[in-house]
Amino acid sequence: MALYQPDTIRIRSKFYSNDIVVTRQDSANATVSLSPTKPDQDSTYKLRQNVEKGVTNSGINVLFLVAISIPLVRGMGRFINIKERLPAWGTLYARFWILGVAYYLGMMALDLQHTKADDFYVLLVLGLMIAVLALVRDYRPARTLLLGLVPLAVTKGGELLLHAVAPATLDFYHEGFSSAQGFSVLWLIVFSFVARSHKRQAEAERLEREAAALEKRRIEAQNAILEQMVAERTTSLTRQTGELRETLEELRITQDQLIQSEKMASLGELTAGIAHEIQNPLNFVTNFADVSGELLDELEEEQQRPTRDLALESELLNNLRQNLTKITHHGHRAASIVRGMLEHSRASTGERMPTDLNQLADEYLRLAYHGLRAKNKSFNATLRTDLAPDLPLVEAVGPDVGRVLLNLFTNAFYAVQQRREQLPDADAYVPTVSVSTRALPEGGVEIRVRDNGTGIPEAARQKIFQPFFTTKPAGEGTGLGLSLSYDIITKGHNGTLSLETEEGKGTEFIIELPG
Amino acid sequence: MNILVVDDELDVRALFEQRFRREIRGGQMRFAFAHSGEEALDYLHQHASEVVLILSDINMPGMSGLELLGRIRQEYPAPPPPAPPRVMMLTAYADEASRRQALEMGASDFLTKPVDFIALKQKLLQLAAQDDDHAYENENSGS
Repeated sequence: MALYQPDTIRIRSKFYSNDIVVTRQDSANATVSLSPTKPDQDSTYKLRQNVEKGVTNSGINVLFLVAISIPLVRGMGRFINIKERLPAWGTLYARFWILGVAYYLGMMALDLQHTKADDFYVLLVLGLMIAVLALVRDYRPARTLLLGLVPLAVTKGGELLLHAVAPATLDFYHEGFSSAQGFSVLWLIVFSFVARSHKRQAEAERLEREAAALEKRRIEAQNAILEQMVAERTTSLTRQTGELRETLEELRITQDQLIQSEKMASLGELTAGIAHEIQNPLNFVTNFADVSGELLDELEEEQQRPTRDLALESELLNNLRQNLTKITHHGHRAASIVRGMLEHSRASTGERMPTDLNQLADEYLRLAYHGLRAKNKSFNATLRTDLAPDLPLVEAVGPDVGRVLLNLFTNAFYAVQQRREQLPDADAYVPTVSVSTRALPEGGVEIRVRDNGTGIPEAARQKIFQPFFTTKPAGEGTGLGLSLSYDIITKGHNGTLSLETEEGKGTEFIIELPG
Repeated sequence: MNILVVDDELDVRALFEQRFRREIRGGQMRFAFAHSGEEALDYLHQHASEVVLILSDINMPGMSGLELLGRIRQEYPAPPPPAPPRVMMLTAYADEASRRQALEMGASDFLTKPVDFIALKQKLLQLAAQDDDHAYENENSGS
């Protein structure tokens, strides 16, 4: 600043008074106001030196500004929690004091006696703060603070710019700038408070969020425990289900075995009846074979005679032919009974065939009767059959329906036998078991099995078709007969099995099979 | 001698006719057949005095042999003549109780199945002879 520069004198009138302000700017840019010595006198001005006064002041200002900017900058750093939000800047930001010190030392070393070094420093600090705040503008308090800083920075920047470009204008509007800066400082203070409250709010929200997160983690942990428990429970349930399924399978197998053994048991009851039923055709076979032998002898005798009776011979031959037919017929009859027995013992194929229920009823009535006779020789009963001659054939599983009939007949015989044993005067009682068939008007066939036995007491009536229910002494009945019969008729044939009974009078079971 | 055979087995007819063909041809025996107790009673009602002997099965559907026996004894009580028909029971169940019951009810004999035709023929021939004697005696006394 060796060059001499003439002082600049500016005269301007204040728009709000009649005063004339005269300022002088010297070479060192120090502005000096020339005030009137007396308000009334407008001719004499005394030189009055203003606040800013040259080089030394500027250096001290910078030192002072550096000193206060360091805690301010740090404070702002802490305020926006720069270490977390801008970790890359954080370390640099923490070293801010170096920048401040360097600025001061640099200024002193370069002997920059620029009067605006302090303002420039302020602008630098403001710029730094704004840059940092702009980077973290997502954080609301930072945004507020940014908003607070901007006017100050703008006025400061504007002042510096004007100073560089048109210092005279600046001097002219010096007071305007001063008040603008004053407002912007106020603005900054106000926004600092607002930012602080925003920060508190944000802090509260953060705490809330953290609490919520904590709660969430707790719930998640709880959920994890619950899920583990559920998984354990699921595993155990799956295992139990498996066990149950196995047990069910075992039960099913046992049930099948029970049904089979029930069949075999009823077959046992049948054995004597079957033996008897086979005996009849076998008797015929042996008798016809035997008598045929006799016929042949006679025929030979006849042929030996000198005078042959040809009519007799032809009659004998006819008889022989007839006998052979009968032998075949009764042989087949015996075979069909054996086949029936095998069918009865075999697991049912469930195949429905047109079935003559009359034949079935007759056959099984005899089998049941003879079976019982074989066990108890003193037993006797009158059998009655009333079979409709025009009974239509019914699609049925023969052996299954046979099993049902056998069961009903066996029960009927048991009932009449029981009644006979209970009666003191046994001779007056004629135990009678009858079976009747008839075609139903709406199609289908009805079979009635009736006895004049003991009847079924009310208590037993409800349970009579339940599995394992029996009134027979232990070891005599499986309790499966009627329940299996019920299943065969209702499930197997879509029919119905019902009963009418009166205690002391007898029982009638009614099977209805659809046509 | 007229014999009524009661059995639900139809082929009994053919069997008896062949077994007793000589007796039938010789006119010693005449057989009639019924397939149930009811049929037998009907036949008896129509040919009351002709039938001398009834051979009946016990186990038949409908009226059993024993019921038939009871009915016959009821309808044809003791003599005076015509002499009530003799009833022989035939059964596959030759137990003592049945035998006693049949005999108590007035059966004249109790035979078991399978029928021993040689024994039966002897019995029948014996009866036929007696019958002839009776007839002879009757004729004698009548004359």
